[in-house]
Amino acid sequence: MLGALLIVFREVIEAGLIVGIVLAATRGVPGRGLWVSAGVAAGVLGACVLAVFAGGLSSLFHGSGQELFNAAILLLAVCMLTWHNVWMASHGREMSRELKAVGAEVARGSRSLTAMAVVVGVAVLREGSEVVLFLYGIVAQGGTTTLGLFTGGLLGVIAGAGVSALMYLGLLAIPAHRLFAATTGLITLLAAGLAAQAAAFLQQAGVIDMLTSPLWDTSRILDEGSTLGRLLKTIVGYTDRPDGLQLIAWLAVVAVMITLMRLVNPKRPVVAITPVAVPHAAE
Amino acid sequence: MIRTLVLLTACAALCACSKAETAAGAPPIPLLLKDHRFTPAEITVKANQPFALEVTNADGVADEFDSDSLKREKVIAGGQKGVVRVGPLPPGRYPFMGEYHAKTAQGAVIVQ
Repeated sequence: MLGALLIVFREVIEAGLIVGIVLAATRGVPGRGLWVSAGVAAGVLGACVLAVFAGGLSSLFHGSGQELFNAAILLLAVCMLTWHNVWMASHGREMSRELKAVGAEVARGSRSLTAMAVVVGVAVLREGSEVVLFLYGIVAQGGTTTLGLFTGGLLGVIAGAGVSALMYLGLLAIPAHRLFAATTGLITLLAAGLAAQAAAFLQQAGVIDMLTSPLWDTSRILDEGSTLGRLLKTIVGYTDRPDGLQLIAWLAVVAVMITLMRLVNPKRPVVAITPVAVPHAAE
Repeated sequence: MIRTLVLLTACAALCACSKAETAAGAPPIPLLLKDHRFTPAEITVKANQPFALEVTNADGVADEFDSDSLKREKVIAGGQKGVVRVGPLPPGRYPFMGEYHAKTAQGAVIVQ
């Protein structure tokens, strides 16, 4: 039961942390609850469908269907996170300063919400399908321990959701004017981590066969398989033996993200104590 | 968006070279998962050469071939096969497991 709890807990946390970051990042944007819920619901639904067709998906593209699918949805999430950060860099200043004053500009935050709903959906879809397959396996196997394992799985869902909620509340404890900077940083690292994972999937599929040797090994310091290792893998893309392609993907996303954000907003968003009127270029 | 385009172009360009390499590689090494145990539990491969594992899941339920050290994860449905490609590696021991039955489903690739 403990094993089941741990596996499900980890998968739920991986998706839950992303949902928590998204919720914190969209704080104050009207309608975000609806969009994020829709993303979660679509993700759960998609996860069940994905679990059913896991076998079929796998055999596509000469047996690399699953890898290519994973890489594709991860890269989609990277694009959506980039879009969100860039959008926030150009419109977020007034949002972070006057969270309660919902102007027309802020209301258009729903544009970025579409992107974030996709990110949430993708995260739930990926981890959710593993939970569904795992729990289905337990039920299908039958036997005396089924009930215990299933209970463990359910407790794992609850515990994972709980930790994710704590993370979200922790982020909310950050003062509003700093929250924007914090979530921008988190989303940048999140996107970079997802890109590095996508790189590994492309290598696994045999699409890219270069730079596969591990650059260093920190598994003795922090094992990627440990719970803390997994947490860091989800949030910043930690891997104990990164290869060249993963490192390049990670750095590239961080660089592109920062460059794009500076391009749309040359003056870095000074979020603290600057009650200066923000000149706005009409769109 | 720009980065996606760049990435996609890079992927397309790399596809051409990678195809030739994998084609020249040795046939995949069979790996059987039955009763939630891997046979053989240890696989020895040569260093600095790409290889592939053909994992057959003979159990009735899905499992996930998972290895942090190899950086590979692949769900294999019950009664199905899956090929896991691994790039050239330096010598060492690279453990893997069936994540859904990690108690018994353990194995390792020995690179030497």
